[in-house]
Amino acid sequence: MEHMGVEPGRLSFSWISSAESTKFVDVVKDVTATVKALGPNNNFKKAADKVA
Amino acid sequence: MLGYIDKIREISKRLLDEGRVEMVIGFRKGTMPMMNEPTFVKNSGEVSKLVWDSNCGINLANYLTDRKEKIGVIAKGCDSRNIVTHILENKIKRDKLVIIGVPCKGMIDRRRITAVFDAEVREVSEEGDTVTVKGAGFEKKLKKSDILQDNCSACIHRNPVLYDELAVPLVEEQKDIERYADIRRIEAMSPQEKWQYFEDLIAPCIRCYACRNACPLCYCPTCFVDESRPQWVGKSQDETDIRTFHFLRAYHCAGRCTDCGACERACPVGIKVRQFTSKLNKDCLDMFGWEAGVLPDQRPPLDTFKPGDPGDFIK
Repeated sequence: MEHMGVEPGRLSFSWISSAESTKFVDVVKDVTATVKALGPNNNFKKAADKVA
Repeated sequence: MLGYIDKIREISKRLLDEGRVEMVIGFRKGTMPMMNEPTFVKNSGEVSKLVWDSNCGINLANYLTDRKEKIGVIAKGCDSRNIVTHILENKIKRDKLVIIGVPCKGMIDRRRITAVFDAEVREVSEEGDTVTVKGAGFEKKLKKSDILQDNCSACIHRNPVLYDELAVPLVEEQKDIERYADIRRIEAMSPQEKWQYFEDLIAPCIRCYACRNACPLCYCPTCFVDESRPQWVGKSQDETDIRTFHFLRAYHCAGRCTDCGACERACPVGIKVRQFTSKLNKDCLDMFGWEAGVLPDQRPPLDTFKPGDPGDFIK
């Protein structure tokens, strides 16, 4: 995805067990902070009238 | 590459006469220059229509999918790698095949030739490394190495990896070539530049799916783009839909693509479709040391788990 021009950080992968609630919270905070820093996504947008 | 054909015909005739195969899949002359087309030869009287020259770029493994009869198939390096992939993916049984290996010195890119001339190209012939192009009122000799398909000039598997019969002796493989120059150039770009690069690359796409149809890997009974319940991807000409089609198709080929160039060859508008798949091929090589279709006895990397598999992207 990054090769195609999606900014690094917008897509993330994580392995969290259902028992790792603290890790889940940390990851969510981390991901939202990174994405907020990148700003709104202008790629992969489709005008409403074109949505088929 | 000329002169191979006598041997190919001889082998095909023998296989058909002995009843070892019910048909031989090869190439016949197309109706237009530089456009040889696949043909199924079912009796030995027809072997004379088989041809072999530098316009046999179509991947014949594409015609083997789910076939039940005994088949003789003519295979270049890339075709043979796709046959290996087909066997690994249970799309054809090895014992149904007689593979006629043809070591390859690269196929010519017809677009490179037509780009040189303003007028229509009517006849293309070759002798050794020289290709002679004729049209109304002109005749020109070109060096074959200048007009090769991109994937052929970066090929390191010219010899078939799997074969029962060999039409001609094996050729020397190319060494010390930069196989991923294009990909490295894109990797060096910024995210915006990358986005723009692919935006421009697929701008002419008309979504005819010729790339998919020419690809031996694309054998799904219903392709994700044709599916309507659920509809995975929009069917419009919107650039988002076009991009989704291209990169998803590339992902489906990850660890399977042999870089045969069939997609690029088939594209009617000349999009360099390999720019998508080459990156995945390069990553597979860097991360898993894997090249598709080279090892008949190993499972592909996306099929297996090894403790050493890179997992840095999982946080």
